[in-house]
Amino acid sequence: MNSTRVLIVDDSSVMRKILERSLRQAGVELTSVFQAGNGAEALAVLADNQVDLILCDINMPVMDGLEFVKQLPGVENAKGAPVIMITTEGSESHVVQALSAGAKGYIRKPFTPEQVKDHVLPLLGVKA
Amino acid sequence: MKTPTEVLAEGPSVHEGWISVLEVAVREVFELMLGCRLTAPEGSSEEPLDITAMVGLAGQLCGVMSIQCSTKSSTVMASKMLGLEPEQIDAEMCDAFGEICNMVAGNFKNKIAGLGEGCMLSVPTVITGNNYSLHSLTDTPVLEVRLQFERGPLVISLQIHN
Repeated sequence: MNSTRVLIVDDSSVMRKILERSLRQAGVELTSVFQAGNGAEALAVLADNQVDLILCDINMPVMDGLEFVKQLPGVENAKGAPVIMITTEGSESHVVQALSAGAKGYIRKPFTPEQVKDHVLPLLGVKA
Repeated sequence: MKTPTEVLAEGPSVHEGWISVLEVAVREVFELMLGCRLTAPEGSSEEPLDITAMVGLAGQLCGVMSIQCSTKSSTVMASKMLGLEPEQIDAEMCDAFGEICNMVAGNFKNKIAGLGEGCMLSVPTVITGNNYSLHSLTDTPVLEVRLQFERGPLVISLQIHN
C-alpha cells in the first residue's frame, strides 16, 4: 500500500493513539502521523505539512471539527486529502453537516478497528 | 419510542425505562473500544470508587453522566484501549477514562429518539479521590447501573436535571 501522511485531530490524546493504531492494523503504511488537539492546531499543522488523509473529531475546544472542515478548501496542503469525521455525535443532522462541509466519511464512537479500515481504505484507493 | 420531552413530561417512573438503554450503551462501549464484556456485580468489593468521570448534557435533556470505579480498574481500561500493559499507563489514565464517559454519554443519547439532535455534551471532567460529595441543586431522578469490570465495581449514573 502506498505510504500515507495522516493528520489526526481529536482533543483526546488517547483517542488519537487509538486511531493511529487502527490505521496501522488496517495495513495503512504511515510515513508521517501529525496530531492536533483542535481545529486551530490542525490548521497550524497544515501550514507546514502536506497530508493525504485527515481523521477529525467534531466536539473540540477552540475550533470544532465542522468549522475546521469548512476552512479546508483554502488550505493548499490538504488538497485532495479525504476527511473522515470520528465522533460521539451520531445524529443525522451532524452527519449531514459534516458531509456538506466536505467530509467524505463519518464514523460514530464507539467504533471497531474494522470500521476504521472499511471507511479509510476505499478513500485511499485500496480494496478492503 | 417516546421523545425525551414526552418521557420527561410523564414523570420519573418513565425514566426507569432508560436504565436498560444506559446499560446497553455502557456495554457496547466496553465491547467495541476495550474488547471486554462487563458482568453483573458479584457482591461487595474492597476496591474503592476513587475515580469519577463526568460529562454534562444540555438541551432537550439536561443532566450529568458519571462513571465511577477504582484507579486500578481505570488504569486497566486505559491499557486495553491503547493495547499497552497497565504498567505503561500514566497520565493517559484520566484521558482514557474521560473518553469512556464521553462515549457512553454519546452512545446513550444516540439511542434515545430525538436526543441525538437536541442534546449536546460537554468535554469530560475527571475527579480522582473519593473524599467528596456531589450535590445536585434539583430534586430530580438518578438512573444508576452497577456492573463489574474484571474484578472491580463500575457505577454508571445519569443525574437528570430536567
